[in-house]
Order: sequence, then C-alpha cells, then structure tokens
Amino acid sequence: MDLFGRLTIESLPFYSAIAASGAAVTVLGALAVVGAITYFGAWRMVLTEWVSSVDHKKIGIMYIMLALVMLVRGFVDAAMMRSQQAIAYNSEGYLPPGHFDQIFSSHGTIMIFFMAMPFLAGLANLIVPQQIGSRDVAFPFMNSISLWLTTAGAGLMLLSLVVGKFSTAGWTAYPPYSGVQFTPGVGVDYWLWMVFIAGFGSTMTGINFLVTIIKCRAPGMTMFRLPLFTWTIFVTSLLMIFAFPALTVACATLILDRNFDFHFFTNAMGGNMMNYINLFWLWGHPEVYILILPAFGVFSEVVAVFSQKRLFGYVSLVCATVAIGLLSFTVWLHHFFTMGSSARVNSFFGTMTTIISVPTGVKVFDWLLTMYRGRIIFKPPMLFTIGFLVTFVIGGLSGVLLALPPVDYMMHNTTFLVAHFHNMIIPGVLFGYLAGYMFWFPKAFGFKLNERWGTYAFWCWIIGFYVAFMPLYVLGLLGMPRRMEHYEIAAWQPHLIVAWVGAFIILLGMACLAVQLIVSIRERNEALDLTGDPWNGRSLEWATSSPAAPYNFAVLPQVEGRDAWWDMKARGVAYQRPDKYEDIIMPKNTYVGAVIGGAGFVFGFAMIWWMWWLAALALLVIFVAVVIRASDDDSDYVMPASEVKKIEDARFAELAKAPRNEMADDPGYAGDPVPEAT
Amino acid sequence: MDASSGIPIERTARPYLIGIVLALILTAIPFWLVYDGALPRETLLMVIATFAVVQIFVHLRFFLHIDFSTTPRENLIALAFAAVLICIMVGGSLWIMFDLYHRMMV
Amino acid sequence: MTLEAMTVSPRDAEKYEEKEFGFWLYLMSDAVIFALLFATYLVMVGNTAGGPTGKELFSLERAAAETLVLLLSSTTFGFAAVALSAGDRSKVLMWLAITVLLGACFIFLEIGEFCGMIQEGAGPERSGFLSAFFTLVGTHGLHVSVGLLWICVMIGQVFFKGLTAPVASRLMRLGLFWHFLDIIWVVIFSVVYLPGVL
Repeated sequence: MDLFGRLTIESLPFYSAIAASGAAVTVLGALAVVGAITYFGAWRMVLTEWVSSVDHKKIGIMYIMLALVMLVRGFVDAAMMRSQQAIAYNSEGYLPPGHFDQIFSSHGTIMIFFMAMPFLAGLANLIVPQQIGSRDVAFPFMNSISLWLTTAGAGLMLLSLVVGKFSTAGWTAYPPYSGVQFTPGVGVDYWLWMVFIAGFGSTMTGINFLVTIIKCRAPGMTMFRLPLFTWTIFVTSLLMIFAFPALTVACATLILDRNFDFHFFTNAMGGNMMNYINLFWLWGHPEVYILILPAFGVFSEVVAVFSQKRLFGYVSLVCATVAIGLLSFTVWLHHFFTMGSSARVNSFFGTMTTIISVPTGVKVFDWLLTMYRGRIIFKPPMLFTIGFLVTFVIGGLSGVLLALPPVDYMMHNTTFLVAHFHNMIIPGVLFGYLAGYMFWFPKAFGFKLNERWGTYAFWCWIIGFYVAFMPLYVLGLLGMPRRMEHYEIAAWQPHLIVAWVGAFIILLGMACLAVQLIVSIRERNEALDLTGDPWNGRSLEWATSSPAAPYNFAVLPQVEGRDAWWDMKARGVAYQRPDKYEDIIMPKNTYVGAVIGGAGFVFGFAMIWWMWWLAALALLVIFVAVVIRASDDDSDYVMPASEVKKIEDARFAELAKAPRNEMADDPGYAGDPVPEAT
Repeated sequence: MDASSGIPIERTARPYLIGIVLALILTAIPFWLVYDGALPRETLLMVIATFAVVQIFVHLRFFLHIDFSTTPRENLIALAFAAVLICIMVGGSLWIMFDLYHRMMV
Repeated sequence: MTLEAMTVSPRDAEKYEEKEFGFWLYLMSDAVIFALLFATYLVMVGNTAGGPTGKELFSLERAAAETLVLLLSSTTFGFAAVALSAGDRSKVLMWLAITVLLGACFIFLEIGEFCGMIQEGAGPERSGFLSAFFTLVGTHGLHVSVGLLWICVMIGQVFFKGLTAPVASRLMRLGLFWHFLDIIWVVIFSVVYLPGVL
C-alpha cells in the first residue's frame, strides 16, 4: 500500500510559471493570514471567539469573509480569461489550452459554490434570526458544522491551485469528458469532492433556516408578517433541502465511475451520460433560484427603506417567491434543449420556462411601484437596487428568448448564453448581495461603510458590467462558442477587446470595494451607528443594538403587524426599557464543528489522492466527534439577568448619546404617501 | 405529540403489531404472486406497484405514526411537498430519459 | 421514570420539537436522494451490456428473508419505544439489542448477496445496470449500517445515562430513521427484486 496514494512531488506546480505564481500567491496569502494573527497576538481571540463560535452573527460574518476572499479569486480567473481572449486572435495568447480550461472551470465553480453560496448563507445568518425576533437559529451547533464544511470545500478549491491541477471540465463536469477515460488525473476529483462536501453544508443550512423560520419566530410574528428577506430565505432553504440531493447523487455516481470503475456515465458497458446532465440540472436550476431569491429579498428590504415607504404588494411578492420556488423544479431541461429530446419534451420545458418569468415580472413591478412617489434616498444599497432593476430586465428578456427551443438551438454554447447568465447573476445575485453587505454592515460591526467609495464601486461595477458583457451578446450572434482559448476570426477581436476593457472597469469596482472597507474601518468613529437603526429601518433587525448583543433581544419583541420595527416606532413603543431582565440560556461555544469541517477537508483530500488510510482516519475522527457531541447533554449555559442588564444599560447609555437619525428628519412623515394596495 | 415534553409518548405496542401484520401480508402477496408466476407480466407489475403504495401508507401510519390529528402540520406539509417533488423529479427524469432512449437507441 | 412523569422545561420541549422537525426534513431530503437513485436504476435497468440480468442474479428467497428481518427489526424498535414511554430501562436495552441483531442479520444477508454476485463476475463494474443496482441497494445498506452504529451508541447512552429526556428524544429520532429505512426497502423490493425476477 502506498502511503501517499497518487500524490507525488510532480504534483507541485513547477511545470509552468503562471501556475507556480498562482500557487505562490495562495501559499503566501495563507502565510500572511497566519502571520498577521500571530503578529497581533490574536490566536486566542480567533480560536475562542470565532472558530469555536456558534453565534449566528459571527458565523454569518465568517461566511461573508469567505465569500469576499473567493470573489477576489473568482474575479482573477475572469480577468485572466478576458485577457487571454483579447489577445488570442491567431495566436496562442499567454495561456496554454489546458490551463485556460482550468481557469474557466474554477471561475464558475468558485463563483457559484464558494462566493454566492457562502454570501447568501452569511447574510441569512446575520439577519434572519434578528428579523424574526429570535435569539438564535434553531440549531446553532449544526450551523457551525455547515460553515466549516463549506470552508473545507473552499479550502480544497484553493489547495487545488497548489497541489495537482484543477478540473478542465467546466463548472458542470459533463461526462463522458469528465470521466476517467478522457480526463484522468485529480482535477475532476477535486471538483467532485469539494462540491460534495460543501453540498452537505448547504443541505444542513437549508434545514437549519427552515426550522428557524417555522419554529423560532417572536410572538405575533405570523408567516404573513415576515419581512420579505426572511420569506426568500425560507423558500431558498426549501430549495436547498430538496434540490441538493440531486447534486449529491450526480457527484456520488460520478465519483464511483471515476474511482471504482462503475458505469453510470461511461461510453461503453451500458453507461448513460445523459442521466448525469439530467441529475445535474435537477439541482442546477433550483440552484439558480437558491442564489437569486435571497438577493430579491435584499432588494425588497432596501427598496422599501430607501424609498421611505411601505413595500408595495407584499402578498404578491410572497406569492411570487413561493411560485418561483415551485416552478424552479419544472424547468431543468432548458439547460439541455439541444441534446436530443423530442419536440414534445422541449416544448413542455420551454413553456414552463416562459411561465417562470411571470412571477419574476410581478416582482419587478412591485419594486417599481414601491419607488413610485416614494422619497428615494440614493445611498449605495439603493443604487445597486436600481442598477439591478434596469440591468436584470435586459437579462430576463434574453432569457425569454433562450426559453424558445428553436432559438436556443442557435444560441446554445455561444457567448450569447454566457452574456445571458452573467446578465442575470451579476445584477441579480452579486448586486443584491453587495447591496445587502452595505445595508447590513452597520448591524454587524456598529459603523457604516463609506458611502462615497460605495458609490464609486457601484458605478464601476455597473459600467464595467455593460462594457464587459454586451459585446458577448454580439459575439454570440456572430457565432462565437463559449470557452474558446484562441480563435481565427478577425471580426471577433474588437468585441473581445471591449469586453476586456469592461473587465478592467470591474477591477476598478473591486478596488473601490477594498478601499471602501479600509477607509470605513479607519474612519469608523465618524460613521458610528449608536442607535442600531442607521437607515430608519422597518424590520426587527434594526431593533437590536449594532452589533447586536449575543442574545439579540433581551426581551422578545411583541409583533403587531408587518414592518414590525416601523410599527413599534410609530406606536412609540420602540426602545422601551423593560422593568427587569431574565436569565437567558445560550449555546456554549464548541470546537466540534471546526473539527468536523477540518476532518471533512482531510477526508476530501485523501479521497482525491487515493490515500485510503487517511480517509478512513478522517471518517473515524468525524464519527468520534459526532458521538462525543451527541452524548453531551450540557451544551448550554445561562447568562444571568445581571449580565444582561449590564449589556442593556450600556446600550441605553449609547442610545442617549446618539444623534437624531439623519434619515428620519421629517417626524411627521408616516411613510405611506399612497394607500397600500394589498 | 405530547405538548408538555416535546417527546411523543407511545403507550401500547398495538400500532406496531397491526403494522407488522399488515406489512407482512402486503409483502407476502406480491412475493407469492411473483413466485407463482401465473399472472401476466403487466398485471403483476401493476399489482406490485399497488401493494407497494399501500404498504408505504401502512408504514407511515403504524410505524411512523403519521396521522392528521396529532402529527404537526409542518411535518405533513413537508411530507406532501417531498411527495410532489419526488413525483416531478422521478417522473420528469424518466420521461426525459426514455424519450431520449427512443430517439437515439431504437 | 416514565416519559409522562418526566419534567421537561418548556424551552427543552420546544427544542425537542424543533429537532424532530429538523430531522424530519433531513429524512425528506434523504428520500429525494433515494428517489433519484431509483430513477437512475430504472433508466439503467436494461443496460446490461451483455452481462447477467436481474432474472439470473436475484434470489426471491433471499430478498424475502431480508424483508422479513427488516420488518421485524422495525417492530422490535417499536417495542423499545413503548418500553421507553413506560420508563422500563432494561426492556429498552433488550429490544434495542434485538433490533441490532436483526439489523445485523439483514446486513449479513446483503453482504452475502453482494459477495456472491461479485464472485460470479457480476460486480458493479460489469455493466451500467449492475452499477445502478449496487449503488441503490448499497446506499440503503449503508444507511442501515449507520443506523446500527447509532443504535449501539444509544444503547450505550441508555446504559450510562439512563432514560433521560435528551436520550429519549434522540431515541425517537432514531426511530424515525429506522422506520424510514423500511419504507425505502419496500420500494427496493417492489422496484428491484420483484420485477427483476419476472
């Protein structure tokens, strides 16, 4: 038996300068983090307050940190592809084909699994419990496992840059190409195991939030009083629970094919590769809505707060969200219209696809009508929302085009498709998450993000988006296939150069985001949020202090209607001091979640490199950790009323010092200039 | 579900005894019919499917104690939702895959 | 102490209900995994690639025996639940031990079946049909094995901790898991074995 499986010294990336520098950046980045923690003497703090934390707010912050790091990594991939295509007319460019293929594969994988998924889980963690007036999520410990399993997947992703090569099979890993016959080596195995492990984390997140929203709401918080963001997380959780099994099955069967000589998707021996594509998109299409619905939730919150008006058409927005959730399970074949189905099958799924655009259209009108006759304040989150509305409609229209099978036959696998889904995902998902990040940042850290740099970031992102992706629509119509490493058609190059300029403008947008964060931290004392309600908000997360106390609410709020916090402020019952405080039961911090995540990482690594003994060892560690945790009946502690009082007294002292809310400068303004339609 | 403890209380073994008897009957009949092999194939498949569906309900009722009065509403909704989705996913997959099969292999 | 006499704080009672619902959602998610494995099996059942078919490989007697021990194990687990409600610790331990034995019998029969097939040259690498068969039935077997480990852990907890509220709540979730696996098995013999030998 070989101790290191198929891992040899040749797996290190000394074969190419570009690959070696990628690896070097990754290793140096990791060393820099370790060095910084050591330099600031922060190991104890990092371990006891963050790694072992089961506090949903800290877990949320860690998710978003992961998402931002991976956003940078995914963006670097995108910039490399744009540069290659800008120069690769009749030339090899600077990237060899195999490397280019790795880059588009990792770009998609990172952006979907390790940027968007952690970002949405982070926002949900940070906000949902506070929005429903709860002290915690239903399963704080499982929350920690979810985080660390997602991180384990992301860790494998980063490691693939250093040890071995990543997959060249795209982010969808279609067989037979992704089978062992055509792609030996570890690349596809990296992809499979990271997705498999992170997928477990996502399923658990889904279960956690569904139970939280159903079982942990404050008194009076009925389902039809839930803020829209919570509603979207509710439907997203449902989709996670029921769609991720399809990804699990697709990955598990491909793993069996590649490593144990099974024949699910092989060419010979009775395999059927179409079944992989079917299973993958059974997950893949709901996944699109898993990503986009929470962003819709953010837009719904932001648009109401920054229009200073009640959300228009609350019930229709809820119904549209649920309808999208259900319909998202009935359209998956539109991802493979061209792969041989009969006209009957294609027309059914084409019809369903056009139907699913209806509830989305309903939402767009609700947001527009919320802004109508509102008093709009153009802060960065609102800018992202307006940018989304305009841009997303264009993407939606191109989507309705692609929903027609005959049109799809023309566009399939061209850059038109690439332009379409980036046109959905950048405004629809990323703008939403960035809006949420800027909107809720004060809730997480107690100070606002710099608005000037936020505005710059917005303009760079939106202009960069149009410059980068509109040429791809044209290129698609000119017949350029996606994922091309080099080409011989002169007419394509000008468009690709324009797209490269767009990527450069987006780079400026990324830089603005980084500067914004640095400037905001440096000048935090000028943007402190002492009230916990910096935007004159409407929902309950603004009732807590910023950052919220570990228990969120010292006394659970009594909810009387929609826009619970707005309503409390209007009735004059906000910021009331209770007569006395009670003891609060809190979950204890534990390292078990991080241990399980770490063992998951080792397990994935061992399976990728065929180190069976190590995989068995990692599984054993997970088993022992689970048994130990499952036998621990003492996982909570009591925070005494005196300590609660101390925290709350400090909070009320801050409140007394707080200046008037700049966004509530008109005390007579009730926020409802037009009668509510629903 | 007992409201006070959050843990269901099972006073008698009756449901389990009814469950095992029904389950054994519902298992034995299709096994025997297949063993006997007298019925035509199509009929047999229908019979097997019918007995399987009935037996699933027996298990849900007598082993998992699902009923419309004591089971929490959200558990029932989750079950119904799962059933609908399983029908969509399995039905859709078979429709797609056999449609492909007929167009490509025969 | 019987379950009724047990004093559980309202907060703990809420927590147990949340956990039960969360676990129920996990089972639904798992049901979708099995549903898709069934769909995959049905897609591949004809893809024997010239290798043996179900008719040549499956044994009705063995499937019947596997079904019998699994159904009985579900019932004995039920008896353990009844004993738990009555607060009878030694009976809980006895019925759990019997359940483990029956479950182990099932696993033993299944491993025997798998080994026999592999020795005949009908392992999962022989054809798409056999890959799908081993994966579907093997996934169920893996679940049963995990269930057996879990029962053993719970026997330990009952033995060392007694019938406390957290232990009782875990046993109830374990019961859901165990009975759920029976339902999957019903579908397995109705979709795989019975049509297979026709």
